[in-house]
Amino acid sequence: MNTDGKAPAGGGVVKSAFVTSIPVMAGYVVLGIGFGILLRDAGYGVLWSLAMGVFIYAGSMQYVGVGLLAGGASILTAALTTFMVNARHLFYSISMIGRYRDAGKYKPYLIFGLTDETYSLLCDGEAPAGADPHLYRFLVSIFNQCYWVTGCVLGNLLGAALPFSTEGIEFSMTALFIASFTQQWLTSRDHIPAVVGLLGSLACLLIFGADSFLIPAMLVITLALTLLRPRLTGKGAGG
Amino acid sequence: MSFDTHAAALVAVMAIVTMLLRFLPFLIFRKGRRTPAYISYLGDVLPQAIIGMLVIYCLKDTVLTAAPFGLPELLSAAAVVAIQVWRRSSLLSILSGTAIYMLLIRLI
Repeated sequence: MNTDGKAPAGGGVVKSAFVTSIPVMAGYVVLGIGFGILLRDAGYGVLWSLAMGVFIYAGSMQYVGVGLLAGGASILTAALTTFMVNARHLFYSISMIGRYRDAGKYKPYLIFGLTDETYSLLCDGEAPAGADPHLYRFLVSIFNQCYWVTGCVLGNLLGAALPFSTEGIEFSMTALFIASFTQQWLTSRDHIPAVVGLLGSLACLLIFGADSFLIPAMLVITLALTLLRPRLTGKGAGG
Repeated sequence: MSFDTHAAALVAVMAIVTMLLRFLPFLIFRKGRRTPAYISYLGDVLPQAIIGMLVIYCLKDTVLTAAPFGLPELLSAAAVVAIQVWRRSSLLSILSGTAIYMLLIRLI
């Protein structure tokens, strides 16, 4: 193996990173547009859309964030909700520790840009032969964020200009989570965690009401999964 | 136009907590240290449960006691599930589900 630190052809690595990122492009632009329209409908203009896409850069959290902004949530609710919605990122990072260890100047951005989609593109560890793998991953990450921010800004501008009513567009967030829930259901061996999430939240919704069920639900889910741990880990293939 | 300070604080909090979650493992688990089993376990099971919670969160304001009794939500959600099972394409099921919902709330 000969890795002298420099990619032999600068254009080659840009091109292969771009090609890798194409599947994410359509999804990020479309979902970004949905977010931008929602945020506009909630009364926040294009600079808010830009700031959230650049600094938060977490798709589902930004959708949830529109609700938090519109409902005037407290700082504590926002912090806890972000923690629960994005807790999975802890585990993306954990699995990338080895791969990003020697990424040098690219490391901070690689970690910052580790969204669900970027993780799914980079977690297999593949990089084109001859290219600097860290530069390649950096470029894939930055292409993805460009798509996302473009969508967020475009949606916000479109939301103000669209000639027809966008009423009902907020269902795109619901659809996003239902699609994701269905996909995880289809690919996971054990459905108990999914059921715990649904039923625990539903119970808390009925008990605490729509405005304050989120935090109790997070606690109930974490507690239930902790108690179920022997059962969920002890049976090998699970049931 | 006055600047919405509370909204800016909320955006900042969301950004900081998200960043913390992404950076924390790199700060805690430096080379050689193993990830605790409990943390790995939560990493396996929490994402599915939280997605379930978010589905409920999105549907929390659906009114079941008056017309149209949550019918647009129910039908559109079923469509998203069906299309996802059929084609396994999140983008397709999200777009179709949203279009169906936007149509239904105008028709029902």
